[in-house]
This record gives sequence, structure tokens and C-alpha cells, in this order.
Amino acid sequence: MKWSEFFVTGEPLIYAADVSIVLTAIGIVFVLTYFKKWKWLWNEWLTTVDHKKIGVMYIISAVLMLFRGGVDALLMRAQLTVPNMKFLDSQHYNEIFTTHGTIMIIFMAMPFIIGLMNIVVPLQIGARDVAYPYLNALSFWLFFVGAMLFNIAFVIGGSPDAGWTSYFPLASKEFSPGVGNNYYAVALQISGIGTLMTGINFLVTILKMRAPGMTLMRMPMFTWTILITCVIIIFAFPVFTVALALMTFDRLFDTQFFTMANGGMSMLWANLFWIWGHPEVYIVVLPAFGIFSEVVSTFARKRLFGYKAMVFSIVGIAFLSFLVWVHHFFTMGAGAAVNSFFSITTMAIAIPTGVKIFNWLFTLRKGKIRFTTAMLWSLAFIPNFVIGGVTGVMLAMAAADYQYHNSYFLIAHFHYVLIAGTVFACFAGLHYWYPKMFGHILNERLGKWTFWLFMIGFNICFFPMYFLGLMGMTRRMYTYSAGLGWTPLNVVATVGAALMGIGFIVLCYNIYYSARYGERDMTGDPWDGRTLEWATSSPVAHYNFAIIPEVTDLDAYWVMKKTGKGLEIDEEKLKPIHMPSNSGRPFLISIAFFFAGFGLVFEWYTMAIIATIFIILGLILRSFDDDDGYYISVDEIKRTERLARKGA
Amino acid sequence: MATNDHHETFPWKHVIGFVLSLVLTFAALWVVLSSGLATKLIIGIIVILAMLQASLQLFMFMHMTESDSGKIQTINMAYAFFIAIVIVIGSIWVMWFVV
Repeated sequence: MKWSEFFVTGEPLIYAADVSIVLTAIGIVFVLTYFKKWKWLWNEWLTTVDHKKIGVMYIISAVLMLFRGGVDALLMRAQLTVPNMKFLDSQHYNEIFTTHGTIMIIFMAMPFIIGLMNIVVPLQIGARDVAYPYLNALSFWLFFVGAMLFNIAFVIGGSPDAGWTSYFPLASKEFSPGVGNNYYAVALQISGIGTLMTGINFLVTILKMRAPGMTLMRMPMFTWTILITCVIIIFAFPVFTVALALMTFDRLFDTQFFTMANGGMSMLWANLFWIWGHPEVYIVVLPAFGIFSEVVSTFARKRLFGYKAMVFSIVGIAFLSFLVWVHHFFTMGAGAAVNSFFSITTMAIAIPTGVKIFNWLFTLRKGKIRFTTAMLWSLAFIPNFVIGGVTGVMLAMAAADYQYHNSYFLIAHFHYVLIAGTVFACFAGLHYWYPKMFGHILNERLGKWTFWLFMIGFNICFFPMYFLGLMGMTRRMYTYSAGLGWTPLNVVATVGAALMGIGFIVLCYNIYYSARYGERDMTGDPWDGRTLEWATSSPVAHYNFAIIPEVTDLDAYWVMKKTGKGLEIDEEKLKPIHMPSNSGRPFLISIAFFFAGFGLVFEWYTMAIIATIFIILGLILRSFDDDDGYYISVDEIKRTERLARKGA
Repeated sequence: MATNDHHETFPWKHVIGFVLSLVLTFAALWVVLSSGLATKLIIGIIVILAMLQASLQLFMFMHMTESDSGKIQTINMAYAFFIAIVIVIGSIWVMWFVV
């Protein structure tokens, strides 16, 4: 690595990015110093182990990453709008589609979902925190430094450019000699550790910390989907960890796992990547199903139709999700038997998914439907996701896939399932649970503007891509000639992308507007909710429940409201509440991870080793830590609860 | 936040498990680097060592025998074996055409 190559140079866009990064950093430091907020930042956020605050930080990071990934997307659409465009060169285009894909999946969709589950799951099961609050903070900060490490690549050293799948041999040292793909291997590894720990944490939380009376079959549907998602995380992520480690060895230490020569097997990377990659799809879409289930049931004022069928469908999907990975590379040539097997398992997934679609429709049937923003996202999800699902079944036919493979047909398909599934769910969940996070409601009028702009823009952007794919336009091409006849549909797609961008801007304005003028939620139950999170005040007291509720049926809070039992807090029954202490160590360990990762990326091993020593030191200090947390006194609980109730 | 009431004075089980894990790891390394056996035999030996290592860790570190919810434990282990078999046998089957 030469010092002259340390900073990326040569592109006006990069210089603009440099300037904006420096200005933003100065701005943040200035604001924190001017308003004397450093201490607040450290005490309230950087050291917190409160699942709600960690969830909020996940969501803020996810929205930032949505911005980054969205800008990448708009740059690509700008380049593809008309033939022979000179806006981006081929190398820059490669880097942008790589970072777009990686950021949107790993650093946007997953943290958004994990943020919502951090905030909601302990509340839904009537717990006061997750099973391992300290680990939870470490999970977040590892994700965060992983994301930052990945993001600085485009100004320092150069972005990865081998696609979000980073297939070998292209991603090998031989064909991608820069540090870009080191960033991919190391940053994803670091944030992957965080994700794996989150999976373990929430699995234990859901299995061990449910309120008395909440059997597994009385759990809210969102909690069910998170439970199954955690199982998938625990079984799928280790495969990715190993694959990334082998990739790192190949790139840094000249091992030959995925190389072309010396007995390496480059296609094995694709195999391992998708053994993780396909379950990963369900890691981001099952929680989305959970969110839609909650929202549809609440705003149709009905109990979820076919609860048991829903549970068995999720379990079925999770089981099948490990048996379909080869459909991502039918064209690799594994032969008819292999392709047929994976073709059939893939089509089989449509069955439990179809069951779920019908369950949502039957929940809506004869319901008293309220068209709130969260509900609009959920209603739009059903037809849009079905379009994505049906084209998925088309792609599942191995023989036909030889035509569709890596064309824009595929691009359209997975954007239809990931945006209409995960992104719509994130927005629905954000609107739905926003009062629980911040104590005020996101403005509904602006929310509906976001919805219509984004949803219409989404269809205008991605529906033409099905046809572009059938007309022969392939994935990852950075330009095309005029004679191919692709121009009109590409122009249409770019218009749609711009509408989605405007929708995102309205959403950001809505967050600002609602913070200033938004309706305060004094009741704690603004939507007439059904599950336990609505039994708490908004925003939630940091111990969540003054008294742990008793659960007698599904939709526990709804039952409490109908019978009138358990709504009032009997102050006689209050007991001191045991809470975990804050700790700065997860944050500091993660900073050490950042420097260890940075050292590995640039092969500066002294730096990596020193930083690793700090990581191990942090782990040792934790092992000898005998801080058992602290107790909140009954008087303080009384004060907090009376204050929250006075507002009502 | 449940407290564990019966702390042992010294975690002997963990130390023994740790030492045995190191022994097994270095044994695997030695077999590959300097035993001079035939490749197929080496692969067979390190697979057996890996399985020994995995079961050792399950019993020494993962509290396999200490849980009060045996049903969850059983389902979990069965599923883990299923996934492991799918990944290993599946990968071999899928990648067979390259070999």
C-alpha cells in the first residue's frame, strides 16, 4: 500500500464527499460542544444497555445507511437513464452497485429490523430488558463500527467492487488487488459477530423471559417471527463467518481456498455464500411478516386469522430456507438432479408463504379497517409482495432460469420482495411503534405523502425492469447502446427512483416536523393496540413494567382492556426493580475492533495486533467484572408512574 | 439476570476442556503439516478430531447436561445436526461436478 493511494482521488464526486464528511464531522463536534452535550451523549447513549435506546440507535443508523444506499441507487439510475451516459465510469459503477447491495442488506435492512425488535420484543413479552443487556450493547456497537469501516472505504483506500456477492475468482487478490475487498471481508465479519450475538440474545430472551402465563402459543406474532429469525441467524451466520474468514485468509495470507490454481475451488465461495445468503433473505423478511401481522390485526380490530397456521408457516419457511440455496446459481452447471431438487424446494416455499397471505386477507375480511399510514404500508405490501413472489416462482424453474439468470428480471424480482417486504415493513413498524420510542406520533398526513410517493415510485422504478430483463438487459452493466431499444423503460425507471427519493426526503422532514409539532401520545395506547407493549406509557419508563403483567390469552392487552383486569397499578405490590448498570466497555471494545479491522484491511499487522490486545483486555476486564446492577426504589417507581399517569 | 447460587471455587471443568481443545487443535495441525500420511487419511483423521472437539466443547463449555428444559435442548441438537448434515452433504453433492 503506497501512501499516495491512501486517499481515493480523481473524481469530483469523491472530493465533494470528502468535503461533506469533514464539514459534517466539524458540525457534530461543534453542536455537541456548544450545547455541552458530550456528557449526555456518553451517559445516555454510548454507554447505555437499555434495549429501547439501543433499538433507537439501530434505527437511526439504518436510516443513515438507507440514505447512503439510496444515493448509490440514484447514482446508478442516473447513469443508466439514457444510452452511452458518461456520468460514471465502469470502475466507479462497479463500486457503487457493490456498496449499494451490501449496505442495503447488511447495514440497512438488518439493523432496521433488529432495531425494531430491540424496542418491541421485550415489551411484547412483558420483560424489563433482554437476557444479556451488556451483550446487546456490544452487538450494536460491533454492527456500528462494521458499518462505519465499510463506509469509509469510498474515501480511504477504495470501495469493494466485486458485487455484494463478491464471487471468486473476481474477488480474489489476483483480480481485485486493491484494499476494497478487504473492507468487504473484514467489515462484514465484525458486524456479523454483532448479529450472531443478537440472535443468541433474543432467542434466550424470548424463551426464558416471557411474562407469567405467556405460553409460546400466546406470544404475539412479531415475537414469534423474531424467535424463528434468531434460530435462522444462529444457524446461518456461522457459515458466513467461516466463508469470510477463508476469504480474508485468501486475500491477506495467500491461502488457496477459493483460487483458480493450487487446488482452490472458486465456486465453493458461491456455494457457502448462498448457504448463508438465502436464509439471510428470511432473516430480513420473516420479521417483516411479523410487523404486518401486528399492524393488520390492530387496524382491522380483529384477532389475527389462523394464528396457528401462521406459526407453522414461519417454522416451515425457516426449515425450507436452508434447503434452497442452489437456486442462486442454477447456471453454474451442477447438473439436472441438483437443479431439480433445489427447484422443487424453492417452489415449496411458496406454499407456507401463500398460507400467510391468505391469513392476512382473512384477518382483513369484515374487519373495521382504519387506514393509518402503518396500515397503508401493510395493505400495499400484499399485492406488491405477491408480484415479487410469483416472479420468484418463475425464477425457481431451473430450466427457465437459464434465460432470466442475472438479468433485470431478477433485479426486479428481488427488489419487489425486499422493498415490498422488508422496507415497507420497516416503514410500517416505524410509524406504528414511533410513539413507544419517542412519545409522539409521526405526522399521519406527511406519512401518507411518503407512502404514496414511495409506493408509486417503487412500482414505476421496478416494474419496467421485469420487461428490461426479458428484453435482454443484464445485471451490473454500466451502460448500453441506443440501438437496443431499452431507453424508454430506463427513463421511466429513473423517474420512479426519483419519486422514491422524494418520498424518503418527506419521511426525514416528517421526523423533524413531528418532533417539533407532532401530537404527543399521552395514553400509551394511541392505536387501540392488542399486545403488551401498549400497556406501557409512551415513551416507555426505562424499567418497562412497574409490575410484570399476567397473561391469560393471546392479545394480552386487548383481553386486559375487555375484562378491565390488570390495567391499574396496585402501589402496594410494587417491589424494587433490579436493573443492569451502564457500561462504556462495549463501545470501547468496538472501537478497538474498528482499528483491528482497519489494520487488517491495509495489512498493517502491528496496528491490528495492538488493537486485538485491547479487545482481549476488554473481554478479560468483563470476566472479572462483579457489577450486579442496581435497584430502582419503590418510591422512584411510584413517582415515575404517577407522573406518566397524570399526563393521561 | 438470574443469579447462579452454586458457584464452584475453581472452574476445573473449563480449564480441562480448554487444555484438551488445545491438544486436539495442535494434533490436527501436526497431522496436516508433518505426519506425512496420505491425503485421504489426513482428511479422515482431522474430521474425527473435529468431531471429538465439537462434542468436548458441548459438554465442557456449553452446559449440555445442566439444562432444566430437556425438550428444547433435544430439538436444538437435532436441528443442529440436521443443518450440519445439509451443509456438508449438500455442499459435497452440489460441488461434485467440479471435482
